[in-house]
Amino acid sequence: MKRSKLWAWIILILGALYFLLPLVATLLFSLSIRRGTYSLDAYTNVVQAPAFQQTFTFSLVVGVATIVVGLLIVVPAAYFVRLRAPQLRPIIEFVTLLPLIIPPIILVFGYIRMYNSSSLLPLTNTALGTNILLTLAYVALALPYMYRAVDTGLRTIDVQTLTEAANILGANTLTILVRVIFPNIIVAVLSGAFLTLAIVIGEFTIASLLNRPAFGVYMQNVGANRAFEPAALAVISFVITWIAMGMIQLLARFAPKTAPRTD
Amino acid sequence: MSNNTDSAAANTATPASAGVVLSRSGVFTGVRWGDYLGVAPFLIFAVMFLVVPTLYLVVGAFIGRDGTFTFQNIVDLGTPQIVSSFWISIRISTASALLGSLFGLLIALAIIRGRLPSAIRSTVMTFSGVASNFAGIPLAFAFLSTLGRLGLITVILKTVFGFDMYKAGFNILSFWGLTITYCYFQIPLMILIIAPAIDGLKKEWNEAAATLGATPYQFWRYVGLPILWPNLLGTISLLFANAFGAIATAYALTGSSLNIVPIVLYAQIRGDVLNNPGLGAALALGMIVITAVANVIYLVIRTRAERWLK
Repeated sequence: MKRSKLWAWIILILGALYFLLPLVATLLFSLSIRRGTYSLDAYTNVVQAPAFQQTFTFSLVVGVATIVVGLLIVVPAAYFVRLRAPQLRPIIEFVTLLPLIIPPIILVFGYIRMYNSSSLLPLTNTALGTNILLTLAYVALALPYMYRAVDTGLRTIDVQTLTEAANILGANTLTILVRVIFPNIIVAVLSGAFLTLAIVIGEFTIASLLNRPAFGVYMQNVGANRAFEPAALAVISFVITWIAMGMIQLLARFAPKTAPRTD
Repeated sequence: MSNNTDSAAANTATPASAGVVLSRSGVFTGVRWGDYLGVAPFLIFAVMFLVVPTLYLVVGAFIGRDGTFTFQNIVDLGTPQIVSSFWISIRISTASALLGSLFGLLIALAIIRGRLPSAIRSTVMTFSGVASNFAGIPLAFAFLSTLGRLGLITVILKTVFGFDMYKAGFNILSFWGLTITYCYFQIPLMILIIAPAIDGLKKEWNEAAATLGATPYQFWRYVGLPILWPNLLGTISLLFANAFGAIATAYALTGSSLNIVPIVLYAQIRGDVLNNPGLGAALALGMIVITAVANVIYLVIRTRAERWLK
């Protein structure tokens, strides 16, 4: 093995400067709410604010609802496409690309026009309806990541044999999905879930335009009115993103390794 | 990031698994309706919450105040305010896509082919996963704390080196400020997408070129870059679309002082600032067309590029 190349180190150090300096600066900024000394006051202010707790809980609940609804839609679709209807795959894959192509602001603009109070399905009339609309919008945002995670999970197990075995033992399709397939892809599902949570928890555009009290909207408000608290919020958000990604990495080590049938 | 789906498609297309499907449910007699039932929720959801809302806006762009078909909304996009918002959006997206892919490529090359300790590669890849998702409002806060008027770097440069960035013409609420900020998620995204492509450059090609007497420059000029080229172009257009649709970071950073297209559209949705719902839809149509073109370029090029790197 030859020695490391000098140019590689130089690029790496420059890159590290660009990526780490803002993090260090944000951290230091968040600690310097008191003149001349470092303190955690900005964090205490943030965490103790009722609005923080309410909006964070709201976004967390919406995030979990997004994951549940997303799985209900994605898991059966991915399972049937893999097992019985591969001719539908191009359509499904095209659909999973749509949320990457259509910007969120366009999506929510369409929703507001389509599901407003004078429409056939006036979801924006009530708070509950708007929350449902917000959840469905997040399901749409998360669709590409969710589908890919589930499909990757299905690829690592032997769907065919598991299904046949369960069939022979008398299980119906619902039982197979819930008690055989789902437990086998739980690791892949969880990594999709954490990614979804990371995307949803601080989302601003859709929540703001639907007037929902979400964490992203709260953060924007704080940013417009305070000096040091936003930095504290940025640090908290970064830690949350890091935890979510760390969980995905960690989960990857526990993925089941039942090789697919190669006949 | 999107490579998984394609290899998955390739997997099921193998004759063996197709044969199993044939013998089980019989493609010749058509798929059983029960099978569609499992896919139905997915398709219904896609139609109701992805396809129709978008088409609704597209159609709305061609409907005037009186409810009849018109091209007037599209013509009205030609007002100076809207043209300048598209122009600055395109400039920022292009600049952050080009800078993001250049530096992303360099970092990816450094960690994969720079013979750095292997722990560095996995650290950089993990960090890229985090940073590419660290966008939106918190990212704006981070850069305000760094390069804002009271930001750490600004203050250090002023007090220690006597250099006032803001007097020298820099402003975080500007074209360059936003471009530098966008690079924070553009560079990691580039690293994540281009790393597999660089892995696909086989060692044998290096050795073959070296045996024939090629310098490293000649290798990259005539072998490496031509092979990576489609991937690079594709990723640049993806990064462009990524920046073009982004709004939260810009909104938190600049409020409404920088009129990029998504911010104009945001204000329009909020309070019909353009005084014309049809014009709002036309604005949305403009965004859809631009991001769709950029994404289609990416998808087409990626499909072609993958044939090379198998």
